[in-house]
Amino acid sequence: MCIFLCSVHGKTEAGTIHVGKNKTYTSVQKGIDAALTGDTVLVYPGNYKEHDITISKRIYVKGIQYPVIDGEKKSGIFTIHADGAVLDGFKIINGGRSETSDLAGVLIVDSYDVKVINNKLDDTNFGIYSQHSKNCLIKNNQLKSYGTNEVQSGNGIHGWRSDSLLIIGNDIAGHRDGLYFEFVTNSLVWRNKSHDNIRYGIHFMFSHHDTYISNIFENNESGVAVMFTHHIQVYNNFFIDNWGGAAYGILLKEITDGEISGNYFSHNTTAIQMEGCNRNNIFKNSFSNNGWAIKISASSLNNIITENNFLGNTFDVGTSGSLVENTFNGNYWDKYEGYDLNRDNIGDVPYHPVSMYSMIIESNPAALMLFRSLIVSLLDKSEKILPGITPENLKDEKPFMRPLKL
Amino acid sequence: MKKLLKYVIVDIVQNKIVLIYTLLLLIISMSVFNLENNTAKGLLSLLNIILIIVPLICIIFSTIYIYNSSEFIELLVSQPLKRRTIWLSIFSGLASSLSFAFFIGAGIPILLYHADATGFMMIAMGLFLTIVFVSIAMLAAGLTRDKAKGIGLSILLWLYFSLIFDALVLFFLFQFQDYPLERAMVVCSFLNPIDLGRIQILLQMDISALMGYTGAVFRDFFGNSTGITLSFIGLLTWIIFPLIISLKKFKAKDL
Repeated sequence: MCIFLCSVHGKTEAGTIHVGKNKTYTSVQKGIDAALTGDTVLVYPGNYKEHDITISKRIYVKGIQYPVIDGEKKSGIFTIHADGAVLDGFKIINGGRSETSDLAGVLIVDSYDVKVINNKLDDTNFGIYSQHSKNCLIKNNQLKSYGTNEVQSGNGIHGWRSDSLLIIGNDIAGHRDGLYFEFVTNSLVWRNKSHDNIRYGIHFMFSHHDTYISNIFENNESGVAVMFTHHIQVYNNFFIDNWGGAAYGILLKEITDGEISGNYFSHNTTAIQMEGCNRNNIFKNSFSNNGWAIKISASSLNNIITENNFLGNTFDVGTSGSLVENTFNGNYWDKYEGYDLNRDNIGDVPYHPVSMYSMIIESNPAALMLFRSLIVSLLDKSEKILPGITPENLKDEKPFMRPLKL
Repeated sequence: MKKLLKYVIVDIVQNKIVLIYTLLLLIISMSVFNLENNTAKGLLSLLNIILIIVPLICIIFSTIYIYNSSEFIELLVSQPLKRRTIWLSIFSGLASSLSFAFFIGAGIPILLYHADATGFMMIAMGLFLTIVFVSIAMLAAGLTRDKAKGIGLSILLWLYFSLIFDALVLFFLFQFQDYPLERAMVVCSFLNPIDLGRIQILLQMDISALMGYTGAVFRDFFGNSTGITLSFIGLLTWIIFPLIISLKKFKAKDL
């Protein structure tokens, strides 16, 4: 009880430092320097031309009505190097760019429990950068950049060797990669929107045991690419409008033991491309109006693709080889032409989702010219009856007759 | 010419086959749009009809019509009329009535259910293909006096344009697989009006699948207004060229 009282007492005693035009401190850095651990630094509206602001103690730095911190393109803007520090409600603009280091709007270094919330970042090279940090919360930030090429621009939210990050409700646009993780583990990415980035909506490597829920990845130059990671969970995300020769709804490269469920793939050139992926569960997703719904390389083994809806895709499944060690049972395919005599909603004849023509295009792209011509439909039909070129064991033994309710 | 055109059109309408054709198209397109729960799939089924059924009906009906009206043509030739006028009025009569039939039968359902760029392109291509195959039928009928031969020729021509040509292209593609054939394919597509129409519709419809390198070449060429204009000119050539040849034949023909 005594300790509790003391702590409450301590809290109330924590000071508040005011930074503003006519306040005690006129610069944010000076206000922060003057603060003691546990203090609150209130920054009043205004335009502060500052960069390399360092927060190195556990304080709460709060902007009132989005005070503007203008880095004037000189350097990084905020650096947080303190456990439990909070940065809340700033408008951070004009971050610098360097060839030798990654300058960020907000850089979190070697810290625990840092919160970066409700900020607006505009035209910073890297947006929010977490290095060697744990258990940090990055929430409700808006990140906008105006990158024109991949080499010179930075990533929106960038994680490097971090753990247990919570990345929630951010809106990221115009960066190289909206979200980029390397060696970021046990993290949650929830309700973010990553769109119109000049490379990937999200890009991660070696980031095991991460969960992605209800994010929107839309209209990114190359879609989404994730690599060399095991145990990822991808639930209820939207992958929309990623068009281009090398654009994918999601490119899975050497992803193992993942779960991909409840996602919505629409209007992508290739919704899911899998290379060297093993033991993934892909279920209850909706694939509609994509060029290819799933392209799976022969190097992918033991993946289970079930209870998905395939609607209006140009090609349902594409594959590179004839050996297929994956299961495609129990999906709904709108191109299925079989029958259901006992009316149990399960088709009585198997469905072969790989059309002969998709194999032809794979080996001879110029054949695209004949797409949807009479000769091609005739070839496809005869191939369906007597499979010769398409992998015979890539089939759905129990295709649903009606779309699943997802 | 106007009077003659009127006679031809009245004759075709009295024939009732065109009316049945219109009704058939109408029933097919309405059912296609109503049976499928997404209209995009309906459009796809309609694509096959436009690319296969429309040319077939147009070429066979036109050929038979010309042969059947040979007595009428002989009568007209004995009148103070230019042969050119006679031949062109028959062509215009056939082309306009079949185009009208296509517009009512397929155009209106498309406008009702799918009035966007894809739909407009489909209607345009359907109309073009109608006229192209009437023109080709004029040529087939002009080449020979024998009715059976003429109809056989027109069926063969239809088979060639809708099936054999593409099979040859596929064969050619596999023989020269190791070479970059994208540009050659663009040229190839101009050699067949059905391919030209199909590619234009596909560019509106299946954009996502067409985004690979080949797709990019096709889009670069056909996707912009120059490409669309060029393919329209290509289709016009396919109308005018057979017509001129058949006209020359008709002028020199001993009836």
